[in-house]
Amino acid sequence: MDIQITEQIIIMLAALVLLTAFAMLVQRKIYGLISLFMWQGIFLALTTAFVGYIAHRYHLYISAVLTLLLKVILLPYILRMLIIKLKISREVESVVNVTSTMLIGIALVIFSYQLTAPIRQNSAFVAQSIIAIALATVMIGLLMMITRRNAVTQIIGFLAMENGLFFAAISATYGMPLVVELGVAIDILIAAFVFGIFSLHINTTFDSLDVDKMAQLKEDY
Amino acid sequence: MALLILLFVPLISAFILMLVGDRKFSYELNIIASAATFLAGVSLAITVYFTGSMLVWHNYFFVDAFNVYLAVLTSFVSMTTAIFSRRYMKREREIGRVGHRRMRFYHAMFQLFIFAMLLCLLTNNIGVLWIAMELATLSTVLLVSLYRTPGAIEAAWKYFILCGVGIAQALFGTVLLYFAAEKVLGEGGDALLWTNLAQYSDQLEPTILSLAFVFLMVGYGTKVGLAPLHNWLPDAHSEGPTPVSAVLSGLLLNIALYALVRCKTIVDGATHTHHAGLIMMGFGIVSVLVGAFSLLRQKDIKRMFSYSSIEHMGIATFAFGLGGALATYGALLHMLLHSLAKSSIFYSVGQASQMHETQEMDKISGLISGNPFVGWGLMFGALAIVGMPPFGIFISEFLILTATIKQAPLVAPVLLLGLVVAFAAIIRKVQPMVAGEVPAGQQKIKVANLPIILHLSMVLILGLYIPAFLNNWFIKGVEILK
Repeated sequence: MDIQITEQIIIMLAALVLLTAFAMLVQRKIYGLISLFMWQGIFLALTTAFVGYIAHRYHLYISAVLTLLLKVILLPYILRMLIIKLKISREVESVVNVTSTMLIGIALVIFSYQLTAPIRQNSAFVAQSIIAIALATVMIGLLMMITRRNAVTQIIGFLAMENGLFFAAISATYGMPLVVELGVAIDILIAAFVFGIFSLHINTTFDSLDVDKMAQLKEDY
Repeated sequence: MALLILLFVPLISAFILMLVGDRKFSYELNIIASAATFLAGVSLAITVYFTGSMLVWHNYFFVDAFNVYLAVLTSFVSMTTAIFSRRYMKREREIGRVGHRRMRFYHAMFQLFIFAMLLCLLTNNIGVLWIAMELATLSTVLLVSLYRTPGAIEAAWKYFILCGVGIAQALFGTVLLYFAAEKVLGEGGDALLWTNLAQYSDQLEPTILSLAFVFLMVGYGTKVGLAPLHNWLPDAHSEGPTPVSAVLSGLLLNIALYALVRCKTIVDGATHTHHAGLIMMGFGIVSVLVGAFSLLRQKDIKRMFSYSSIEHMGIATFAFGLGGALATYGALLHMLLHSLAKSSIFYSVGQASQMHETQEMDKISGLISGNPFVGWGLMFGALAIVGMPPFGIFISEFLILTATIKQAPLVAPVLLLGLVVAFAAIIRKVQPMVAGEVPAGQQKIKVANLPIILHLSMVLILGLYIPAFLNNWFIKGVEILK
């Protein structure tokens, strides 16, 4: 394949990753949120494979397969089981202030471009200039965790943030060494399990998944 | 060899304790496992003392004066905590706060946590360091929520979310560090090794490294419990079982600070400025103030001492940021002494709250008449932690303060203010608890004396005289961190 076309594809895929991040920010239906997360995983895996192809880093193919297994199949499966068990698969969450959340999201993207300027100057390779998008994905995941009140949505926000980190590693450095990447993947998997167990506990103890209900531990002023 | 044994003992013990489950002897098994870890730690320390720093097993692990003393400290405090936890958790089991399955879980996770901390200290790879740090978080999250009360679940959730987010920032910082390093060291695992990064740090791109440091600071700083990222800490410490509070406060905070300080030396090597140090000083001094003033209005005894941890980690972070031989020496000593003193306080506090079946300070009194060990243990522990001479923390705080007056005289009064406020707050609250009449309904419990006596006498001895080998270690540590 022509290198230039591949570069174009990579940039387009990066844009799609960012787009899904924005879509997740305002998606009210929890089922739709999981689908979006799955799509983000697919774009991520494809980017990884294309970067591996264009940069001749064939260990990235392993990363791509790993991403596909973990983020497109395993994690969405766990999340679906979780929401079925919690009986919230049809729930619609109220999202306050869609407009301002979107605007903050846009501001975060600009901020990320500003922050990563020294890195983009130092890079010869096209994929490295998309590290700003990776950082923006991390930031938007963070924003999602702040604005949403449902425990399961916060889990998805956390996982989306992790997607952004993985994306950063791919774009800036063709991925971390394999030992590290495997370790991170295992950590994420354990974290997802622990999160799942937790939301079950929260549901039984507080009779709700709204994290605002947990307000016992506060400082008395 | 000793190094691999040191790592494998807790890992294997975690599996054994998971299989053994909640038996009569699993408490003792936990102690034996931790004692074995401690012995391995000591033998490693002896080797390093005589042969100097070393790389083990294809450069995957390395030991120098800085991390070996923390490794010995970690294995020592986890051993004494295991001894304390024997009587404490037996009591919790009797009064029905934890059941059969959760006891199994507690012992297995305790060992896994120790493994994760030791891996953090001994690994040579900053990627593996991150993974181990995340593992330490994951293994303690479920320990914090062990009692399954609403408070415990809330605390654990907060801990999980905040530290999860924080540690994600640290991963981004690690990626940036790798990005800068692979240009000099080439791709692959070598570019992530501390030893290589330290060696070639002056060739790394300074702008990228200062950007990376901001992310690492926020990430690992959350785990150190630095203000304003400290919100998880008082909750997690007060709602979890006391042995877990002791190791979280005494050990995990140190480990996170260790990671931060290592990153700082690399960033300093690249930038040749005091940029990273200034950031650490800022976070440190804010934590001292926030910790000290929050102490004043606490009602829960474990919560109060967790704010004291924030204050002390603030002091150590500040001192590392300040840099220079005197401040760094003080900070290394402070980490050691705070860890010993704070865990002994948590041992006393846990037993005091078991005697009164509450953690509210208003309802605790007459500890000395009720049980002299717990009462005096808490009193002396409190005196040690606020930095009364002749306890060792006086020495470390004095060193840090002296260095501050010399290098940053304008900050010195602020630091002193924090210390004075913390002093007043803790003594004022502890005094009525240890003195006074024994309230009706105070329970008689079997007390674990040994850990308290051991820790406090060590803090006292280090205040009077620092043994030559420790002194040598610290001096070597100061050289490493220069």
